[in-house]
Amino acid sequence: MSIDLKTVKHISKLARISIDDEKANKLKGDLNNIFEFIEKLNELNTDNVQALTSIAETTLRFRKDEIKSENIREKILKNSPEENKDFFVVPKVVE
Amino acid sequence: MSDITSQSLFELTSNIKEKKLSSGEITKAFIDRAEKSKKLNVYVTDNFEKAIDQSKKFDSNPNFDLKLPGIPIAVKDLFCTNGVRTTAGSKILNNFVPTYESTVTQNLWSQGAILLGKLNCDEFAMGSSNETSFFGNVQNPVGENLVPGGSSGGSSAAVAANLTPVTIGTDTGGSIRQPASFTGTVGLKPTYGSCSRYGIVAFASSLDQAGPMTKNVRDCSMLLEVISSFDQKDSTSIDYKRNSYSKELSKDIKGKKIGIPKEYRVDNMPDEIEQLWKNGISYAKDCGAEIIDISLPHTNYALPTYYIVAPAEASSNLARYDGVKYGFRSPGQNLIEMYEKTRSEGFGDEVKRRIMIGTYVLSSGYYDAYYLKAQKVRQLIKKDFDDAFSKVDAILTPSTPSSAFKIGEKTNDPVSMYLNDIFTVPINLAGLPGISIPAGKDKNNYPLGLQVIGKPFDEQNILNISYALEDKINFKNDISDWWLSE
Repeated sequence: MSIDLKTVKHISKLARISIDDEKANKLKGDLNNIFEFIEKLNELNTDNVQALTSIAETTLRFRKDEIKSENIREKILKNSPEENKDFFVVPKVVE
Repeated sequence: MSDITSQSLFELTSNIKEKKLSSGEITKAFIDRAEKSKKLNVYVTDNFEKAIDQSKKFDSNPNFDLKLPGIPIAVKDLFCTNGVRTTAGSKILNNFVPTYESTVTQNLWSQGAILLGKLNCDEFAMGSSNETSFFGNVQNPVGENLVPGGSSGGSSAAVAANLTPVTIGTDTGGSIRQPASFTGTVGLKPTYGSCSRYGIVAFASSLDQAGPMTKNVRDCSMLLEVISSFDQKDSTSIDYKRNSYSKELSKDIKGKKIGIPKEYRVDNMPDEIEQLWKNGISYAKDCGAEIIDISLPHTNYALPTYYIVAPAEASSNLARYDGVKYGFRSPGQNLIEMYEKTRSEGFGDEVKRRIMIGTYVLSSGYYDAYYLKAQKVRQLIKKDFDDAFSKVDAILTPSTPSSAFKIGEKTNDPVSMYLNDIFTVPINLAGLPGISIPAGKDKNNYPLGLQVIGKPFDEQNILNISYALEDKINFKNDISDWWLSE
């Protein structure tokens, strides 16, 4: 199996990373090399193997649903790329 | 007394407790040396001014009951530090100043340690040579223009160059053990669930673990004791009784069964590594351990499995970097364009490559063929270890298939770079603890490491085996300080 340029562009769209044609061609080569290496897994028959879902053999804990930190608005907005004391600012979404 | 910066953590804490040295003197000594060591490029952000203040504060009211009393420590720049910039080696977090502290670093400060600064690493911990960092590559103190390994390359270089007494790194596929091996230092990846992942910039959440990087095994046990803790803030943190690793440290490994997996003999492995392994085996025998040949039949499938699982998790984890709430933003005409430009300009090539792999293997129509397949093979790899550990107490292997390579040597061939982690990746996939200790040198005088792998939660056992082997190996990392400037 090989990954063509159209697929590379499609994946970049899904991943929300814009790439130009030169980069896309380079990535095509890299990805094909990597997938050739990954294809080795097809040597193994895994029909009767259960997929591993958690490496730690414990069940997730429950905790009380309670507020532990209050008044953290300022902290949360502190690293906001565009200054605004109440909200995160993004380009206009609704026309 | 030997030069301050060359002392081990054990020596420094003893000297502070016996009032032979103050925290101020020690902190200043490490800062002075760092000022002359800029050529190594280990620091992304230093915290020197605040560190001096904190050391004075410690000296004016010292608490000698703490485990790291007034000890200055630099950490990998993947740990969020409250009020101190945390970049993960990426342009996309270049301006990020956390408003909270990671649990593992909080454990250090609670025991009296002082933050020296943040150490360089591969971008989002993706790399084996520290060359993917936005902040430039790190020089290995072992020799000029040599990589320090990765992703915790700034950390391994800083310990080897005496720029921090000890440090903490993170290990997703070998990022603590491989750089430790390349720099002649000790690095331990704990069992998954031993150290909290809260506040660590996430790469692949089912594989990531923080761990100690030190000059010797005793320091490693002292640091593990501090950073390993149960944490409510990490849903995969495991509540179990942790050992007093440093108190229980012992060279008595008589009767321990140590497995030697035949699959770890790979093509083109240098003779020196084969010899190193043989020496390790004979030292273990000298200590009274029993050597048992074992098989881990799916070893060769570990790397391909890793390169599906890790990028898949990374592509999900890194979806949060969209320029909206924090980090770098590149403006766009609309929201989608802003996302795409931000991520295109903010991430480096290796990170983009892995996000693309991950997005592809999780995309509609490919999930079963890749991701599900990999999770099944991961089960087989884990079962290999379960079977082996029904016969042995620990497993001994080389840490890496080669010694440190030249800067630039492998940057154009991602797959050859990935092969560096061939002996370390299976341990992450199975969630086991593993430690790399310096065990010898190759013909160029570059360090080589041996890895001891343990059962889940059996860090004490692999520390003890390493402690016994370290004594027999008697490794000397004669580093010439070639990089020092006035």
